[in-house]
Amino acid sequence: MPPTQPSVDLSPRVSDEVRKTTCYMCACRCGINVHMKGGKVAYIEGNRDHPVNKGVLCAKGSAGIMQHNAPSRLRAPLKRTGPRGSGEFEEISWDEAMEIAVGWLKPIRETAPEKLAFFTGRDQSQSFTSFWAQGFGTPNYAAHGGFCSVNMAAAGIYTMGGAFWEFGQPDWERSKLFMLFGVAEDHDSNPIKLGLAKLKERGAKIIGVNPVRSGYNAIADEWVGITPGTDGLFILSLIHCLMKAGRIDLDYLARFTNAPVLVNGDPKSPDYGLLMRDQDGKMLVLDRATGKRTPYDRKGVKPDLAGSYRKAGISHRPVFHHMVERYLSDDYAPEQVADRVGISAKRIRHIAAELARAAFDEAFEIDRPWTDFRGETHKTMVGRPVSFHAMRGISAHSNGFQTARALHVLQIILGTVEVPGGFRFKPPYPKPPEAHPKPHVGTNPGQALNGPHLGFVHGPDDLALKPDGSPARIDKAFTWENPMSAHGLMHMVISNAHAGDPYKIDTLFMYMANMAWNSSMNTGGVMQMLTDRDDSGDYVIPHIIYSDAYSSEMVAYADLILPDTTYLERHDCISLLDRPICEADAAADAIRWPVVEPDRDVRGFQSALCELGARLGLPNFINEDGSQKWADYADYITNHERRPGIGPLAGFRGPEGDKTGRGEVNLDQLDRYIENGGFFVSHIPEEAQFYKPWNTAYQDWAVGMGLFDAPQPYLFNLYVEPLRRFQLAAEGHGDRQPPEHLRGRIKRTMDPLPIWYPPLEDGHADPVEYPIHALTQRPMAMYHSWGTQNAWLRQIHGRNPLYVPTGLFEEHRLSDGDWVRVTSVHGEITVPVMHMAALNANTVWTWNAIGKRKGAWALDEDAPEATRGFLLNHIIHELLPPRGDGLRYANSDPVTGQAAWFDLRVKIEKVPAPAEAQPAYPPITSPVGKGPKDLAWKVGK
Amino acid sequence: MTQLPTSTEKKLGLVIDLDTCVGCHACVISCKGWNTENYGAPLSDTDAYGADPSGTFLNRIHSYEITQENAPAQLVHFPKSCLHCEDAPCVTVCPTGASYKRVEDGIVLVNESDCIGCGLCAWACPYGAREMDALEGVMKKCTLCVDRIYNNNLPEEDRVPACVRTCPAKARHFGDLGDPESDVSRLVAERGGMDLMPEQGTKPVNKYLPPRPKQDEAQEFDILAPYLEPVADTPSGFLGWLDKALEHIPGSGPRFPDPDARQKSGKL
Repeated sequence: MPPTQPSVDLSPRVSDEVRKTTCYMCACRCGINVHMKGGKVAYIEGNRDHPVNKGVLCAKGSAGIMQHNAPSRLRAPLKRTGPRGSGEFEEISWDEAMEIAVGWLKPIRETAPEKLAFFTGRDQSQSFTSFWAQGFGTPNYAAHGGFCSVNMAAAGIYTMGGAFWEFGQPDWERSKLFMLFGVAEDHDSNPIKLGLAKLKERGAKIIGVNPVRSGYNAIADEWVGITPGTDGLFILSLIHCLMKAGRIDLDYLARFTNAPVLVNGDPKSPDYGLLMRDQDGKMLVLDRATGKRTPYDRKGVKPDLAGSYRKAGISHRPVFHHMVERYLSDDYAPEQVADRVGISAKRIRHIAAELARAAFDEAFEIDRPWTDFRGETHKTMVGRPVSFHAMRGISAHSNGFQTARALHVLQIILGTVEVPGGFRFKPPYPKPPEAHPKPHVGTNPGQALNGPHLGFVHGPDDLALKPDGSPARIDKAFTWENPMSAHGLMHMVISNAHAGDPYKIDTLFMYMANMAWNSSMNTGGVMQMLTDRDDSGDYVIPHIIYSDAYSSEMVAYADLILPDTTYLERHDCISLLDRPICEADAAADAIRWPVVEPDRDVRGFQSALCELGARLGLPNFINEDGSQKWADYADYITNHERRPGIGPLAGFRGPEGDKTGRGEVNLDQLDRYIENGGFFVSHIPEEAQFYKPWNTAYQDWAVGMGLFDAPQPYLFNLYVEPLRRFQLAAEGHGDRQPPEHLRGRIKRTMDPLPIWYPPLEDGHADPVEYPIHALTQRPMAMYHSWGTQNAWLRQIHGRNPLYVPTGLFEEHRLSDGDWVRVTSVHGEITVPVMHMAALNANTVWTWNAIGKRKGAWALDEDAPEATRGFLLNHIIHELLPPRGDGLRYANSDPVTGQAAWFDLRVKIEKVPAPAEAQPAYPPITSPVGKGPKDLAWKVGK
Repeated sequence: MTQLPTSTEKKLGLVIDLDTCVGCHACVISCKGWNTENYGAPLSDTDAYGADPSGTFLNRIHSYEITQENAPAQLVHFPKSCLHCEDAPCVTVCPTGASYKRVEDGIVLVNESDCIGCGLCAWACPYGAREMDALEGVMKKCTLCVDRIYNNNLPEEDRVPACVRTCPAKARHFGDLGDPESDVSRLVAERGGMDLMPEQGTKPVNKYLPPRPKQDEAQEFDILAPYLEPVADTPSGFLGWLDKALEHIPGSGPRFPDPDARQKSGKL
């Protein structure tokens, strides 16, 4: 046939309207353009103007249309009719749902508010939900940070006033060497990919440190397939090499860190090991110019790293001497650590040398004068083009806090933090640890809590303990077991509540947390705890309220369900008061707004809380006449002021909408955001863009923006004094004393300078019996528990084999599709395997949260997620195994309480193929039925 | 059987950078979204929430491990869609003329109203780049977003295929590979862009940029070793070096000769 061409419509109408809002498929919170046709969502793409994603969008975001229309969406409030765990419910009205909730909550608020445990999972409105919990008066509030990455956040804030991801980012434009530690494929998503693209375009080198060479590590120029749990030791060895060779930034250390601050060296003093201060509490350094002890921030001071102060026969040495003493030790020599970390000494030295070469030989200056907090003006900004990023891979270990600390110390001795080419903070960070609140647990019946729940402790006095020394919080956060648990311990709430330890609760109230499945350790045990009854036949945890948009596994275990909307049907604010979306050069925030109205009887959870708060009479949710104060979440976002002139959104403030950061309420604020594409950006002046903790121009800008109320320059804490205060208590100093069984552990793990110790599970589970490390990561195309019901994404990740490295694969004579029994000291699972060569030789891994319970998520019961999919959670316990001393220790970091997911050790053996992955649980009744058989999704003609 | 044009005015296609692709599937889903709502029948999904979900995709990512004798294994993510071949066997095999290659830009399309769903083109394509839509019974394939790239209803910067617009790692590039001066042609020249399976003789327009060599192995003689030359062998020796080094540092400078301060050389 001749090539006659049919006519093709090359310019079809794309949509009737584009509505710009914010994605909710993960915590990146990218800007999206939602194309509408006939009032329906037709297509979703990235917003080019948005600071986070600059137009690109990941698979999850692009599949939003399937998420928004998912058959698993809850349709109305639900009241449980069958036994807990059955999934049997009846749909009820919102009025009845509110009455039930008030009926449970009002009596406990009036008698013992701590009997409400309110935990909000993957909440993106923590500054609002905590505000609600504070009004209620319970101390038992937190979000999911404790089982996610609190080690990373806490280590970053205590060390340098900010951490990775939401707190800061590499200088992608100028970095020449980038080192990535333990980053699962989704943390974070589009910004990292955009950044990697920039590095690749300039030919910068990328080193990936991860036992698994997938995703970002697959495109790294150099892959370091480290043994899980040993990153800290590897990093300390790099520090050893760099210090020994003098490849450290002495000028930076002297000016901007506590390296020159004098440490009390008198072993008999109650302040032994604490930093020396003058009468005003100012830290003291030796001034090289005068030889005298001088406040660190005095104008013209030349802080001395080398000298020590001698008085009454006692030498008080600066922090830097202590670092020299520790890190020059041969304990950290590459040859000493090589076997343990699984990296040759030669390779460790080579990487250290690369860091030195890039930081110092490739140093550059940019022509921007700036003035530091001591009043000294610098003509240029010195750049050191080395940057780092890390996430859960290093933080989800019981040594993760100290490992993250070690990484920050490495960054700091290279002089690469807040300089061109290095790591840069994003507003509202940097912020010194002292600027954060301390935890508050003061309860009074019928009254609000005496302050914010979560915060940063600076010593034993700040712990959340009752007068008798017992934990004030249900999750035992801020206790001797994990003093610096800045994000709480959501993973301990259910087991503690079930055990009545430290006390019994009445109502467990949760939001967006799939605790009956992939968000809990010991999943089977948790399901048991949620359904367990006492002698009188009542549930041990009397009431459970849960809010979710979808029919997740957790829904079946609640008594009352408050159905949330999808992300396209709701208001939200991505607030500077919360987990912001700023860039290193700009402050930014954003909103979600209902680009479509719900077609079901559902409400945004935050709006439901506005009504519930008012019905309960919470002081911050009612007007003086007792009427409801916030009509809905949008009303709160617009009208709430945290401090005068400071509200949830920083943009378009003031009656005219022309004020930024500080300004009166603007009733049109949300409309202005919508007009502006759903977000707001305010750029940081050029002279303020680097050296932020010490740069007067930045400090003044931040005050103007309302990020804080007065300049607050500070030094980086190579030596974290609050850790030392806990050690001092463990050594017997002070009135607040730890229990005897924890003294040794506190002395060992709460070292004010980074240390490495083996993951705690190694001391409880025999490493010979259980020789294999087992990990999970989330794929880039699927996030947490929000995605598997998505019809498009489940075709990419509907199965999760256990990936087994070549040596183990051959040793166990496995073929792809064979099954193995995976046994930990806690339990066993039986799962299908697949070979993977690009993997640490002693590590197996799988995708997280692909396995689903039968009956959940509106999937068929024979869906592969439910028959071949599996969770490692079944073989990870929230407590470490007994060791014969009569005590049980949490499977958590002893400093922060972070869940130690990745400490897991297992053995594997080949078994005949079972009918389905084990353990298999009976189906739950779906409260929403099943999804349609086929899809041909087209909303236009 | 259907004829190919003897030549096309342009050779529009994709250049895909295998050094940068992280395998995130963003392109796969963005393509699915656009092409479900736009050109021709929607890309359907059968058994969408069941035991064997199977949908039509115009672009898929495959991941391959490369194992080597003396170096760690590598993982390469390999996105694959229609390569818009100059000698497209899928066109010449088409019995109805439904498959055709456009004269103006070389894009290979299926005119769905003429497609009888015989599947011959899918057999003829050596790349497996065509998929029969199970519900509609017509052959679906990459259109290079022909309804985007000339679309007057889109801002000019958005007139690129959906997969290119969305790629977070910037691993996908779109342009005229017939023009040696175009950005994509230069990229191919600079990076040694390759044809997929050239032995098939299909002359694919799309090109792949190979992964750059890895640096996974530490060399026997490390040229960077001098960077780690120790400044001293002992901690006290180190402090001696430190004191001298600080004299030349702007923020420190010479030490004031104070007896207290000279205690620094003490033991550690």
